[in-house]
Amino acid sequence: MTRKILRINMTDLTATYEDIPEKWAKWAGRGLTSSIVFDEVDPTCHPLGPNNKLVIAPGWVSGTPAAPSSGRTSFGGKSPLTGGIKEANSGGLSSQKIAKLGIAAIILEGQPKDGKWYSIFINKDGVKFEDASDLLGKGMEEVDRIMWERYDHKPAVIGIGPVGERLAANAGISVNDPENNPGRYAGRGGLGAVMGARHVKAIVVDDKGGPGVEIKDMALFKKGRKKLIDAIMAHDLTKPGGGLNAYGTDVLMNIINEAGGLPTRNFSSGQFEGAAKISGEMIAEMVEKRKAGMTGHACHPGCIIQCSNIYPGPDGTIIASPIEYETAFALGANCGIDDLDFVAKMTKACNDLGLDTIEMGNTIAIAMEGGLLEFGDKEGALALFDHIAKGTPLGRVLSNGVEATAKVFGVHRTPTVKGQSMPAYEPRAIKGIGVTYATTPMGADHTSGYTIAPEIAGIGGKVDPMTYEGKADLSLAFQATTAFIDSSGYCLFIAFPILDIAEGFEGMVESVAGVMGWPVEATDVVAIGKEILKKERLFNEAAGFTNQDDRLPEFMRYEPLPPHNVVWDMPDEELDRVYAWVHED
Amino acid sequence: MRVEVRVFATLRRYLPELGIGEPKIMDVPDGTTFDQLREMLGLPADEVKVIMRNGLQVEPEDVIHDGDRIAYIPATGGG
Repeated sequence: MTRKILRINMTDLTATYEDIPEKWAKWAGRGLTSSIVFDEVDPTCHPLGPNNKLVIAPGWVSGTPAAPSSGRTSFGGKSPLTGGIKEANSGGLSSQKIAKLGIAAIILEGQPKDGKWYSIFINKDGVKFEDASDLLGKGMEEVDRIMWERYDHKPAVIGIGPVGERLAANAGISVNDPENNPGRYAGRGGLGAVMGARHVKAIVVDDKGGPGVEIKDMALFKKGRKKLIDAIMAHDLTKPGGGLNAYGTDVLMNIINEAGGLPTRNFSSGQFEGAAKISGEMIAEMVEKRKAGMTGHACHPGCIIQCSNIYPGPDGTIIASPIEYETAFALGANCGIDDLDFVAKMTKACNDLGLDTIEMGNTIAIAMEGGLLEFGDKEGALALFDHIAKGTPLGRVLSNGVEATAKVFGVHRTPTVKGQSMPAYEPRAIKGIGVTYATTPMGADHTSGYTIAPEIAGIGGKVDPMTYEGKADLSLAFQATTAFIDSSGYCLFIAFPILDIAEGFEGMVESVAGVMGWPVEATDVVAIGKEILKKERLFNEAAGFTNQDDRLPEFMRYEPLPPHNVVWDMPDEELDRVYAWVHED
Repeated sequence: MRVEVRVFATLRRYLPELGIGEPKIMDVPDGTTFDQLREMLGLPADEVKVIMRNGLQVEPEDVIHDGDRIAYIPATGGG
């Protein structure tokens, strides 16, 4: 069967299955969310107003039999945090289930005339709108639990916490994991508020009896799948017992710290003396010592990398899942906090209330610099989540992220681009990632062009992190390739093995070509990725962005970062070269 | 020459006496290269992806200096 677009209109509470128009037929995942947002959302609309939309799309290979690590769901819309286009993607249960229902994308639009809140149930028989007034104010842990009690077949639950209900700019969208915990997030950019503005608390997806995903060329798909699996299982980082499987993404903590690129105490240093205490090695040690929780956890069925974890407290009860590198950086090093148990408690609060952990940790760091509390005050930091849960005025300020909080507290050191704060790599010490932060249409985002691979990890080549030479081209190549992978449904972490093992890269592309019946080859990936980037870039231009928005914050230009004591001084013309092709090609 | 050496993640099993992030303080002869030191420490060449001196990448054949802070790093990535 051909894939359908499921359009859910909240104004008149209707759901219609539309044939996928030719202009969107080749797209999935990020390529599809960005195409729909580009075509259907007025770039000048208010992100929280009636004319924004939330688009949800599984990737090309999501829901196919045993494509490895392919459970990413893309969420798109106009971002309340950046004012530009946003795609945030998540693991969890939703991608494969949406795909198996034959749905290419869900477009959530409009706002209920009666002002009521709804949950939406989707299965093979169609769409049901349910009164969600009993769910209002509830955290995602409880919402997930209620939904699994209410519906059969362990469905996917896509939802927002109280922060999303309040339409805060740092509201993420939660997706439940295989154990029905809310730790998987399309976190960045405030898309939870876009969902909240449609008055939708949760979307529940049950794929039982669905038609499944059509594979146009099964032989090619199987050939590609095998090559990709072989690469993942052979590479030291992604194989069983490798770095990601044994330590999770927080394997990076000690290493980025060693490189002098770990943002610490609101981006005032590149090294944190407490890094080891919040590292992936420490997570593994706690799991072993406390005889509870686990490393090597899969965030979605069929993942063979299994980089997630479940973190236990001192008494063996589970605190949170997962503790990522980004989480440990933002809620740890960047706040001067070196206690993993507190990082875990704050992560649990973020996952339950519906907050992006990166933006939240960076926001607490801003509040610390602004004098609300001291750097390193872990009890004080944890107590801030009570304000957020209750929705006090302070809590509402903090829920709106770094820039809002910096204004309120008079802080000028705001590590943001396009309104979104930076993740766990200091651009003054790792220049290529700075180019990505500055130029990606998403605002400061590492995943959109992860030059860390060659700059720090020696993956996909080896380049000096301290030089600017070649970084504009490097970042663009990564941004374009990433846009393709973000459209596939594959987890971005498959990029590590396939950047080193050419057959794996071919296999990834062949598996996509097999599903879509599309004669795409490895050499086409960058060009296809650029088609997506172009739409995103043009959307932002129409929303009012100029080259001046592709800049790192001013303080990074004059404040040397220890220990290397370097500033950001890449010429603006070099940055402007990254997307110059949009108007030339 | 006195140097401090750190190993991370999957390489820690070769120096199990070290705590997480804890340096091994060592005296090495003048002219020792990073590759020679790696051998002395028993770290397999194919498991060392990156070597750092004072937070900056070096090549295996580069010569160690007195007082260097050295790190041997396995395949890593994530975020």
